[in-house]
Amino acid sequence: MADHPKDYLGQKMGMWLFLFTEIILFGGLFVLYAVTLQRYPDEFHEASKLLDTTMGTVNTVVLITSSLFAALAVTALQKGDEKKAKIFLLLTIALAAVFLVDKYFEWGAKIHHGIYPGSPDIADWEPGKQAFFALYYAMTGLHGIHVVIGMAVLGWIYWLIHVGKCTPQYFVALENGGLYWHLVDLIWIYLFPLYYLIA
Amino acid sequence: MNMNTTETNHHGPGYKLFVIIWATLLALTCVTVYAAQVDLGFLNVLVALSIATVKAALVTFFFMHLKYENMTFKIMVLLAFAILAIFIGFTFFDTAYRAVG
Repeated sequence: MADHPKDYLGQKMGMWLFLFTEIILFGGLFVLYAVTLQRYPDEFHEASKLLDTTMGTVNTVVLITSSLFAALAVTALQKGDEKKAKIFLLLTIALAAVFLVDKYFEWGAKIHHGIYPGSPDIADWEPGKQAFFALYYAMTGLHGIHVVIGMAVLGWIYWLIHVGKCTPQYFVALENGGLYWHLVDLIWIYLFPLYYLIA
Repeated sequence: MNMNTTETNHHGPGYKLFVIIWATLLALTCVTVYAAQVDLGFLNVLVALSIATVKAALVTFFFMHLKYENMTFKIMVLLAFAILAIFIGFTFFDTAYRAVG
């Protein structure tokens, strides 16, 4: 990292451009959701009742709070407090893990009840209800993968701060990692009402 | 504590504002959960999406620092969301007028 020219704005702009591709990626799935909802409004309504709103709400709170810690980590490093920035990053990662544990129990309970794509138990359900759960697994699954990647990225940035490669003078890595994490939060903000609250 | 005032042109709000934004996001989460329990028919989806969009705007402008970025970034983000809106809107021009079946 020693003598590379540093293009702060360019590095951040590159991250935003990447985030746009993520928005379009999820956007495609949201379009699919919207069209299917329009076609099967009653089945979606029925299927949504099978999801656990409490667990979904808990996960929303967990993810919003982890997003707060990611934002605070950037502020702490900007203020020159590396130690605090690292603590905030660890809290962000810990809450991401809590999110995944919640998701594990949610998916586990559904699969235990035979509700998963291709399950013989739901083969004679209305197509709309099956479509709801196919989309549920695809979208929360893709989102879950993003959570895992986000944890890895934030862990890597923790290490960068630890070895002095991400500093109060040059912290674009933390800012970009934070941007990625906020995007993960952003997508969940839409997934939550669309799946859990339309019952 | 690092006391040397390194002059950065970087910007961003302090801890307090972020905590206020976080509290607002949690309050909006409560609102959306309660609003979902009132049966408004199709309006429920609109209410839920409107609240989600307010939350998304708070995250984008404050947590993601968009409020403090220059105009180029703001226009880029606006453009990305405009493209997404066209993407979704034009799909419905198609599917909304198809014969059912």
